[in-house]
Amino acid sequence: MFVAATGIAAVWLRNLLASAMVLGIYSLLMASLWVVLDAVDVAFTEAAVGAGITTVLMLLAIALTGRHEKRRRARPWLPLATSLGTAGLLIYATLGMPAFGDANAPAQLHVAPYYLAHGQAETGVPNVVTAVLAAYRGFDTLGEVTVIFTAGIGVLVLLGGAKRRQRKETEPAAGDSA
Amino acid sequence: MSDFLVLRVIAKLLIPFILLFGFYVQMHGDYGPGGGFQAGVIVAAAFVLYAIVFDVKTARRVAPMAALVSLACLGVLLYAGVGVANLIYGGRFLEYGALAHDPAHGNHIGILIIEIGVGIAVAAVMMIIFFSFARRR
Amino acid sequence: MDILNHINYWAAIALAAIGLYAVVARANLIKKLIGLSLFQTAVFLLFITVGKITGGTAPILDAAYEVYSNPLPHVLILTAIVVSVSTLAVGLALAIAIKRDYGTVEEDEIHAEDSAAGPDKA
Repeated sequence: MFVAATGIAAVWLRNLLASAMVLGIYSLLMASLWVVLDAVDVAFTEAAVGAGITTVLMLLAIALTGRHEKRRRARPWLPLATSLGTAGLLIYATLGMPAFGDANAPAQLHVAPYYLAHGQAETGVPNVVTAVLAAYRGFDTLGEVTVIFTAGIGVLVLLGGAKRRQRKETEPAAGDSA
Repeated sequence: MSDFLVLRVIAKLLIPFILLFGFYVQMHGDYGPGGGFQAGVIVAAAFVLYAIVFDVKTARRVAPMAALVSLACLGVLLYAGVGVANLIYGGRFLEYGALAHDPAHGNHIGILIIEIGVGIAVAAVMMIIFFSFARRR
Repeated sequence: MDILNHINYWAAIALAAIGLYAVVARANLIKKLIGLSLFQTAVFLLFITVGKITGGTAPILDAAYEVYSNPLPHVLILTAIVVSVSTLAVGLALAIAIKRDYGTVEEDEIHAEDSAAGPDKA
């Protein structure tokens, strides 16, 4: 857990190219953390997505927008106070939460035992995560896939439409209509 | 794009295995960690690796944008279509018990088809995103 | 002992605070997006650690094990990670579009250009 924390510390210090790289390392550390926390499916996804695709996208975007963050006049006190204040309030709130790894916490008692007890009999799939993902919460996952689809279309419109407009602007009497 | 011989050879060696691993993850999602989301990303990663090491143009010819968009649509529609098929067979939306005589068996079939739909959609969308970023260079 | 009981929440909160700081304090849009994804991983961490049971194992059923961690947060976060990368891509695409139209991704320079160009530009 502390490994991940050190990863972050590095993230927000350097210039953009370095921070994209450190974000990839951070993601890989998170993946190993998920394995420690028994979430193998999540670890798999994080390793593939976070350390792979995200880093590539970040690097491509940085190549397009410039790799150096301009130095601002340093006045970080208000944001620092805001985030520390939020953190303090949240920490105060955790004092009422169940302890880490507690088998009798409210989160473990509601539907999860049902999935674990009946999942294989009802779906024939030993990996409960897959069973819940596709069968019990299938409607939810349909929504997620639709969100991903929409995001893809959104990127296509944002970046593909740009090309068309650029072509229009090279023509002599092009207006700047959006 | 890259002139490094080692990179090109290793990438050429790796890409078939990455694709194969992607399909394995897709089909083995019922029994071990994995599933449509992971498989889609891994397959997309193979194409991304190819595009980075060799040439974005060549990669785009293998996977043209129009085909990717229709694949993404196909994935989402496959998912929703399984739900509708359940309605037709007399079940509820996305409740796969009606797909076979035995509800458990029907569930298994439904999960498999849905994971394939997810995999296709995720892979296509990831490649759409990557190629639209890479095109702007 | 009592302190260590809540260490998982505190780790998530620390990540969230760092992400929030990056979003609020940095003017660079890419840096803001990095902060945003840090905040996202903080939420992931919170969910997964809530599902962890001491002595449990990964929720893939096998006769050899009795105690499994809660599969439900795994499902939620698994999809959330993939969704997060696609939303991040939309954010980056917006940043690129802004760079194209304004020539910069620094927030205050964008504001300066906006007020200089007048209302019809935006």
